[in-house]
This record gives sequence, C-alpha cells and structure tokens, in this order.
Amino acid sequence: MRVLLFVLLILFPAAAAAQESIVADLSQRRVAITTDFTGSEILIFGAVKRDAPSDDLEPLDVIITVSGPPSPVTVRRKDKIAIIWANRDEVEIDSAPSFYAILSSGPIEDILSETEDLRHKITKEQMIRSVDAGDVPNAASFTDALIRIQRANGAFYADEDAVTFDEQTLFRTTVDLPANLTEGDYRTQIFLVRDGSVVSKFETDIAVQKVGLERFLYNLAHNQPLIYGLMSLAIAIIAGWLASALFSAFRRT
Amino acid sequence: MQIYLPIAEVSVNAFLLLGLGGFVGVLSGMFGVGGGFLMTPLLFFIGIPPAVAVATEANQIVASSFSGVLAHLRRKSVDLKMGGVLLIGGLVGAGLGVVLFNYLKSLGQVDLLVRLCYVVFLGVVGALMFVESLNAIRRSKRPATGPVRRNRDRGWVSKLPFKTRFRVSGLYISVIPPIMVGLIVGVLAAIMGVGGGFIMVPAMIYLLGMPTKVVVGTSLFQIIFVTAFTTLLHATTNFTVDVVLAVLLLVGGVIGAQIGTQIGARMKAEQLRILLAGMVLLVCGKLALDLLIQPAELYSIASPGGH
Repeated sequence: MRVLLFVLLILFPAAAAAQESIVADLSQRRVAITTDFTGSEILIFGAVKRDAPSDDLEPLDVIITVSGPPSPVTVRRKDKIAIIWANRDEVEIDSAPSFYAILSSGPIEDILSETEDLRHKITKEQMIRSVDAGDVPNAASFTDALIRIQRANGAFYADEDAVTFDEQTLFRTTVDLPANLTEGDYRTQIFLVRDGSVVSKFETDIAVQKVGLERFLYNLAHNQPLIYGLMSLAIAIIAGWLASALFSAFRRT
Repeated sequence: MQIYLPIAEVSVNAFLLLGLGGFVGVLSGMFGVGGGFLMTPLLFFIGIPPAVAVATEANQIVASSFSGVLAHLRRKSVDLKMGGVLLIGGLVGAGLGVVLFNYLKSLGQVDLLVRLCYVVFLGVVGALMFVESLNAIRRSKRPATGPVRRNRDRGWVSKLPFKTRFRVSGLYISVIPPIMVGLIVGVLAAIMGVGGGFIMVPAMIYLLGMPTKVVVGTSLFQIIFVTAFTTLLHATTNFTVDVVLAVLLLVGGVIGAQIGTQIGARMKAEQLRILLAGMVLLVCGKLALDLLIQPAELYSIASPGGH
C-alpha cells in the first residue's frame, strides 16, 4: 500500500503538490445575439483554493484565455503582377479561432515558460494550428498577417495587466466580446501559473447564440433557402410598392 | 443605433444603411440604373462580407427598381415588349453568369476579375457616354445645323432578320440585338453583382436607337426580373442574402428612387447622361487606383467555403 502511494506520488507529482486549485465563475455563461446586439462584457472572477499556506513559494500569476469557435482560414498575399496588385500566394491555415482574448496578471513572456505555452496552447501563435504552406516561401509571415488583421478587427487582443489578483487569492477580469461575434461555444480557460509552469487549470464554455428574429432568419436561410429567397423578394417588392404608393399619395395632398 | 445582421454576422449602424440606401436610391431614380455598381463597393467599405454584399444588393435592387418602374408605368415610359425581349436574354445570361462566376471562384481569382470587369466596363461606357453627351449639348447650342438625325441607318443592326415593331419606342428592328444586349448584361450582372443598368442604358440608346425617355423605365423593368432571379440563385446556393440588411437599404432606397425620378423628369436628357457618365467615371477611377497603388495591407483572410 505504501509502495503504491509512493509510485503514485512519483507518477503524479502535480496531484501531490496540488494544494492549489481554482474556484471560478463567469457573470454569464450564455450570450444571446439579439437584433440590437452591440457586444458583451463578461466578468470572470474566482479564487485560489489552498490546502496549505504558500508563503515560502514563488508568487502565483493568473492567465485567462477566451477563444471563439475555430475554423479553417485562407490567407492570401497580394503581389505586383505587371502593373496590377493581385492575390498570388496563399496559405491554408487548418484552424484559427474566430475570437481570441488573452488576459493576464503580468507579461506573458515573464510568467510563462515556452514549453508550458506549447503544452497548453496559450498564446495566439499556439492557437493557430498546422500551416499548410505548400511551396510558399516565408509561410510564417502569413500567420503573422492573420494575427495582425484579426487584432485590427478587434477579434484578437491581449492585455497583460487586465487581471487583478488580490492577496494571491482573489482574481477577476472582464472580457469584451465584440459586436460582430460568430455563434458557437467560446472556450474560457483560467491558468494558475507559478515559476513559468501551470499549476492548476479551470475550463468552461460561454455559449454564444442568436435568439428570436436573428435565430429564425438564420435557420430559415440555411434550412429553407428557396422559401427564404422568395420571402426576401416578396418583402422587397411589397416595401417598394408601399413606399411608391405612400410617396405619390403624399405628393397629391 | 447599432443593428446586428443575422446572415452577415456583423453589427452596423442602422441610420448609415438607411442613408446609403437613400443616396443610391436618388441616383437609381434619376438615371434608371439599379445603383448596384455604387452600393456593392460601398457595402464592402463599411465591413459587410463581399459575398453577402453582392447577394443582398441584388435583392435590394429588386425593390428600388420596382418602385422606380411604378413611377415610369404611370408616365407610360416603359416599353413592355422591348423589356420582355431583353428579359429573355437577361435570364439566360444570368444563368450563364452564375456558372462562370462559380468557375472563377474555384480558380481563386474571382475578386480580381470582378474588379477588372468593373474598371473596363465602367471606363469604356463612361467615356463613350461622356463624349456623346458633350457632342449632343454642343449640337443643341447651335440649333441651325439641320434636322435631328432620327431613324438613321444603323448598319448591320438593320439587316438582321426577325423584325418586330416596338410601338412605344417607335422602332422597327430585329429581336436579335435586344436579346444579345440582354444576354451580355445578364452575364455581367451575375458576375459583378449589379443590375447592369449602367451598361444596358447606353446599349439601348446607342445600339438599339431607343429614345432616352423610354430607356430608363424599360431597363428598370428588365432589371427587376434579372436581379430577382440572381437573388434566388444566391439564396439557394450560397445562403448569402441578408434580408435585414436588404430591408434597411431598400427603405432608404425606395424613397430616394421616388425623389430621383422627380429630379430626372425635370432635367434634359443630355444633362442626365453627362451626370451619369461623370458618376461612372468616378467609380471607375477609384477602383482602378485600388488595383494600381500598393495596398497598405498586402494580406487578406477568407474562410474557404462560405463567408
């Protein structure tokens, strides 16, 4: 029995050292996209649960990531062909999140080691997977471009002092979800980091979904495209006729 | 007031869309063009995905053209027979255009080709109209230069078979040229995501010799059906018609079109033509510059399959 415990301790040192775990929650786990949706701000908060005091250990840091549903992306680069700027080289990226926020209580490169980043896929560069470059030279510049464009769109962002971390125990932050959000589950991960490595991890999802009229139109357009198309035409023609009739009635008076 | 568009999946200002619709609607009513060649690039600029912009624009043109054509029907300035003949060509052309569009899409260069189409056609049509209208204005200023040339010999056009009388237009010509005009405009309309009025209006005036007064109403009449057909094709194959976006654009658009028709009725045909020519050349110049000047961001992202 004692031998077994010893083996377990060697095999799972993390489990043995896991005097620290995360207790966390979000202000909302569902985001409803309504017609007047202009984005959403979600509060993420929690505490570090300890079995023993950690006074003699290195201080902790918190990294929180929120990532939108991943999808394949094509990145194209324009080149001068004769006198015209046109798309030439392209790189297929197997999977990139539609949204990515990384919030932390300190600079990522100081608090997280590269091996741990690789293992847990924390920074943006790690989230963008498997570049199929083919024979395109300098494929990395395409990944950089994707990050640059998405950052300009507000879809990717990083904030290195967004997480307030009080007394090495209580932490909280807010994440801004932009107005042009796509549907799906937004994976939220909270990492507790000490000395460059992750000591504890907490995961949950934020469900982003269209509701009401938005939901109805989206479903109709994809499930009954012909009816949706005819409906769009009918609405267009009725509105056109109505406005015309109203306008001429207005002019006659 | 921000509004979230269900198909485009972006949030935009509702008043901006209403304003855009109204502005393009005025031009649509004045010149008898659908306004797609202006609206589609404008929608790109405010961040609507191109596929959605093109498909939704077709839907919106249906509405603005419908209200425009009602105003023209009341003034009896629509040649329904000519419109029907143009339409036969237009529907066949739109079908061919969508097939061609999907082929170019598979080659991955559809964006460039659409832009080149714009530059070439807007440039040629705009320049031709500009020169013609200038000459017409110069002629009208010197009234003593003999009778107005009407029913002049149009060379090969008058030698074709299947001649029919188009009473409203005062023409007795073969049905082949109108069908060909409709066909070419249909192909271009499907590829460029426009109604095609800016090509059809000059073709009707210069190639078919129709009087300017009926040209606007007749082209609107034909555009309604061709764009309705295009809307259905986009809705069923690409799922990119955003009805909320279309409604906002058309509410502004139909009111604008009514105002535009009133303005158009009070202006001389030559003035109308030279204004349209200027407009066409302006858009052409902007698109040409975009192709020639090095863009600030060389890279672009797109999700394969869908928007």
